[in-house]
Order: sequence, then structure tokens, then C-alpha cells
Amino acid sequence: MIRRTIYANPSLFLVIVLLALWQIVFWLVGRNALLPPLETILYLARLLQTARFWGHIAETGTAFVIALVISVVAGLAIGLALGVNRLAAEVFEPFLLAGNSVPKIALYPIVLLIFGIGMPAKIAFGAIHGVVPVAIFTLTACSNVPPILFRAAAAMRLTRWDMIRSVLLPAALPDIFSGIRIGFSLTLIGTILGEMFGSQRGLGYLLMTAIGLQNIEVIMSVTLLLVLVAATVNTLLLAQDRRLRNPGG
Amino acid sequence: MRIVLYRLLAVLLPLALLEILCRDRVITPLTLPAPSRILLGLWTMMANGTFNAAILKTLTNVSLAFVLSVAAGIAAGAAIHRAPLLRALLEPLFSTYYAIPIYAFYPLFIVVFGLGDAPQVLIGFMLAVVSMIVSTLAGLDSVPAVLGKTARVLQLSPVETIRSVTLPYAAPYLFTGVKLAVAYAFIGVIGAEFIMSGTGLGYEIRFAYDNLDNGVMYPLILLILLVAVAVNMSLDHWERALRARRGRG
Amino acid sequence: MDTQPPIHVSLRGVTRVYDSRLGRTHALGPIDIDLRRGEFFAVVGPSGCGKSTLLDVIAALAPASSGVVTFEGRPIGDTVPDGVGVVFQENASFPWLNVADNITFGLRRQPLDRAEIGRRLQYALQLMGLQDFAQAFPSQLSGGMRQRVCIARTLVMQPRLILLDEPFGALDQQTRLLMGDELLRIWRATGATVLLITHALDEAAMLADRVAVMSARPGRILEVIETGWPRERDSQVVSVPEFGAITARLWTLLRAQSMQALRPESV
Repeated sequence: MIRRTIYANPSLFLVIVLLALWQIVFWLVGRNALLPPLETILYLARLLQTARFWGHIAETGTAFVIALVISVVAGLAIGLALGVNRLAAEVFEPFLLAGNSVPKIALYPIVLLIFGIGMPAKIAFGAIHGVVPVAIFTLTACSNVPPILFRAAAAMRLTRWDMIRSVLLPAALPDIFSGIRIGFSLTLIGTILGEMFGSQRGLGYLLMTAIGLQNIEVIMSVTLLLVLVAATVNTLLLAQDRRLRNPGG
Repeated sequence: MRIVLYRLLAVLLPLALLEILCRDRVITPLTLPAPSRILLGLWTMMANGTFNAAILKTLTNVSLAFVLSVAAGIAAGAAIHRAPLLRALLEPLFSTYYAIPIYAFYPLFIVVFGLGDAPQVLIGFMLAVVSMIVSTLAGLDSVPAVLGKTARVLQLSPVETIRSVTLPYAAPYLFTGVKLAVAYAFIGVIGAEFIMSGTGLGYEIRFAYDNLDNGVMYPLILLILLVAVAVNMSLDHWERALRARRGRG
Repeated sequence: MDTQPPIHVSLRGVTRVYDSRLGRTHALGPIDIDLRRGEFFAVVGPSGCGKSTLLDVIAALAPASSGVVTFEGRPIGDTVPDGVGVVFQENASFPWLNVADNITFGLRRQPLDRAEIGRRLQYALQLMGLQDFAQAFPSQLSGGMRQRVCIARTLVMQPRLILLDEPFGALDQQTRLLMGDELLRIWRATGATVLLITHALDEAAMLADRVAVMSARPGRILEVIETGWPRERDSQVVSVPEFGAITARLWTLLRAQSMQALRPESV
């Protein structure tokens, strides 16, 4: 009976287990390192009632949204451009994949030197993180469309442009969406990272300052907020992802 | 091999352009020194062994994180594969995991483990292990049920079954997991070094940036990029060789 | 006095040769053959003989390397001619569209008003027995149903020539026999010329007016057998004695060709 409820609501049980683990680790490690779940939630609630905290959220949020738009647009453009041209795809794909395995934080100083300190640097850093998965997934999506669909479209006498619009794009959409979903998460991480240095506002800045001051409350609440936001949005996007792959249920 | 030629051009042409722009002072050395000087700087650095200690430290930590994550990942993946209830519970965690800013846990690790190497290795491990687990699960999933039955009919022992049936089938997926683990180990360790450490290449880059020392910073960044790309390319090469031998695809 | 129907498709000296990584492949021909208007014509042959290539060339999905293909008196160029419909072996239904949208997909660019599209959709749904599934998605349907969707999609464009490339190859035997009967119904209802590529001898023998047997690669026409069946026929023709004789003749011709095709050097 318990098994069935777990299968039905795995996320719920997972959250319960994680909260329990959190509490246990707190008992083992002590107040110097951690705050227990309840206190963290309360502290976060208090922070969310201050205008200053919302100012930080707005700062990060703005940078993030702009970076996300850039990531998606640029990623789609690159992925599609390579997707419809097989030679270009073969030549440039290794570069894209390399972009995935390189520690982009090593490029952070270059971003700071080019864009200076402040909003543009955050946006740029976030965009760098997000554009790579979107481009890679879009490219893979285009090459994974079963060729039979193009043959059928040719037999129905579609023009090349019509084929891209009415066959390639809808067929590739599920994988493109997965790329955007991952791009979302990575852009958020990149934006926060970009805020950790050379910034005077934003959640990343808060985190960095709290680390310096050993302010456990702030560290834990901001982390919790980020985890909650990331997990929630990702779960919603995942649900949409599944719906795209399986239309009609 | 036309394609290799195009790729070389894709790398060399922008570099040549950068070189010209830098020499003409369109781009100031304070932002970006000429590529030729960066290369020269790197060469000198390696020849003099100036940063050998940092390189060794980073590579050691990366290797440690990598080996641990692969071992733990495969073991955990195999165990979870045989426990469907546990798998259902963990599934939401796996799909949301990479949306979470793992770096936010870094301060926690420092407080718990002190300022040694453990926090860096732990971050690298945490980033890499889940991709290894997910890849192991996918690999084990890919073994058709009929092969398990065949193995039992042929009276193969469990070890023989794993060696001659499970492993060959799961190998491509395991390899993907290994590639991801390497990339994540790099990203995790170097990122952690950059944010808050006293040793390693990530720290040296940060130190150089803080001291406006472009002559040191850029060659180090180039070094990291080269190492990451080289490791990735050799893994790719190895993977292709393995796949050719199996005649798959 | 020529009481035969006029010639619909004509091939003269058609070959197809192409270059691939393995070198130059002589896939087909030379082929000389005529399809008469309104007839049901089947092509059988060993694997790799170029049956599908033949269909591609007729549909202008692949260019002929030499020779001329004429459709309704005009030589075909490099675009698929108007009035030709193709059904493939692999499932070509679009997973992101439901059945109704799949079926009307080919009509988007045509100057038809909504009412006419609706009429044609209803006709196709009825003819293929898909009325209850118009809002379903291909992922919810069986393989046989998906093929019916693809056939319906071809039918709404009212083709005068229907080309089918092993359309039932992926289905089980019982479904295949039933789909064969459906194909005959469609053929009679639309009056189109049908060219069926199949590897199943019994299917060709029971469905077609004429069956062409192709040789191993490079495929040429060895013989064309007339079945002489009446227009009103269905799969129960298998109980007629002539059916056994026809199938036997097909197998005699094919057996030698198939053994040749099995040899490694012909791969």
C-alpha cells in the first residue's frame, strides 16, 4: 500500500526524505555549518518581506530574463542554421560540444574585462551558459527527424521552406524544448555565478557576501530560494516536455 | 578531409583577426593581449614550471572527483536499477538535479570540511556522479530482456552474464556517462577553486585577475581550455573506435 | 480494335545508377514497362533488386540516370507530378498532428474551400474506417491504423496514380490480408491506377491484375504475369485453383533470383 502511494507521488516522498536527511545532517554537524529546515524556511519568509531582498531578486531576475532570451534566440538560430546544412553541422558540431565540457567559469574574467562590471557582464555570462545546450539540442533535434517524414512531405510536393516550417520544426520541437529547459537552468546558474563577483546587487552578490561573513542564515535561505525556484520551474517545463513528446496523453 | 580543413579555418581565421586587432591596438592589451603573446606566455610558463604546483593540484582534484564519481555512479546505478521503488523515488531528483546551483552548497562544505581540498573534490563529485548514475541506468535499461533469458538458458554465471551480455550492451551509455563525468569534474573543481580556494588553477586565475595580471591570467585560461578540449577529444576518439569495433550505428 | 485502357505511365530504357561511399551502384534497369490507366499492377522481386528505386523514379523522388518516364503523356522532371500519391512502408504519419490534421495536411496549399476539405476528410475517414479516431494521435494507434492514416492522407489529394512501397510490410499476416481487401475497395472506389511493390508473392497474386517479376540487382523485368481476376474481387480469391498456379509461377521465377540475391557479393 505504501509502495503504491510512493509510485503515485514520488516527488512528494522525495521532498520528505530530503527534509529528513537535512534535519539529520544538522543534528550531526551543528549550528556552525547548517540551519535546520524549519528555521531556514522561516528566515527566508522574513527576508521575502523586506523590500531590499526583493530588490536583489529583481536585479537577478532582470539579468536572468534577458540572458535567457538571448540564449534561446541565439541557440535556436545556431542550431537551425547548422541543422539545415549538413556540411556546416559536421564542421561545427565538435566546437559546440566542446563548449559543453569547458569550465566556463574560466572565461569569466574575460567577460568581465570585455563588458565591465555590472549588468552586461551578468547577462553575458548567463547567456554563454544557456546558448550551448539550446544550440546542441536544436541541432540534434533537426538531425533526428526520421527521414521518412521528409520523403512523405516531398511526395506531397511541399516546397523547401514549407517543409522546414511544417515538418522539420514541429518534428524537432520536443527535443528543442528539452534544450530550452536545460538552457533555462544553466542560464540561471550562469547569471548567479556572474553576480558573485564585481556586482553590488543581486542574489549572487548576497551569497558571496554571506560566504565572506560566514552568515549561515543568508547562505541557507538564498540557497533554498534558488533550489525551490529552479526545481519548480524545471518540473513544470518537464511536464510540458512530456506532453510535447506524447500528444493526446 | 575537407571537413578537418574547414574546422582548422574556423579556428585560425578568428585568431588571425584577433591578432590583427590586438596589434593595431583596436583591442587594448588591458582587455586582451594578442593571441601570439598569450601562446608565448603559456609556453614560457610551462617551460619554467611556474605553475606546476597549481596544475598538479587541480589535476589531482579533478581525477579524484572523476574516479570517485564513476565508481560510485556505476555502483549506485546498478543498485538503483534493481530497486524499482527507490528508482521511482529518485527519478524526480535526477531530472531536476542539474537545474540546481550546486555551487551554492560550496560554503556549506567549507564550513563542514575546512579549507582543504575536500570541498573542491566534493563539488566535482556531486556534479559528476548523477550523470554517471543516469547513464548507468540508461545502459542497463537498454539490455533487451530476451538476452537475460538467453544467458540463463545458457547457464551463464552472474559474473559471466555481466561480462559478456550486460557490459557490451551498456558500454555506449557508460561511455557517455564517463564523458559527462570528466566534463563535470573539471567544471566543478575549477569553479570551486575560482570561487573560494587558496590553491589550484582556478584560484590562480582569480588571483591574476584581481591583480590585473593579464600576462598570467590569459595563458592559464588557455591552458584550462586546451586541457578540457584535449581530454574531450581523446574520449571522443576512443568512443568512436569502440563503436566502430562493435559495428553499431 | 484496341479495347485496352490507355497507357497511364510508361518507362523506356530507365536505369538508375548512383555513387555512394561504396562506389558506383547500378541499382535498376534498364526497365521497359507500361501501366494502363486504372489497372492494379504489382511488382515483386528479391531483396535489393531495386523495387523501391523503381517506385522512387516513377514518383520523381529520385532521378532516372537514363531513359524516360512518362506520366499521362508528359515526361516527368525532377518534381513529383500532380496527381501522384505515395504510401511508404515506414510509418510516415506526423506525430504532432491528430488523425484529421494528418489527413488534411496535403491539402493546405491547394485552392480548396473549407467545405470541400471537410467533405474530402469525411470521405477518407469513412473509406478507411477512421471516423471514430479523427481526434486521436498516431501514438495512440496501432501500426495498421497508422498506415490507414497515411493511405487516407494520400487519398484526400485524389491521386490518379497511387504508388505503394511495401505498405503492409510492417504488419502481421492477418492485418495484411484485411488491408489488402481494403486496398481493393479503395482501388475500385477511386478508379485510380495502383502500383504495389511487395515482397509477398501471395499478396501480389491475389490483389493485382498484372504482376511483374524483377531480377536480382540490377533489377530488370523478367516477366509480367496476367492474373485475369474480375474487378470485383477480394482475398477469398485464394481458394480459386488458378491462384495456386500463379503463385507457383511467381515462386519458380523468383527462387533462382532470390538465391542469387542472398549471395554476399550482391549486398
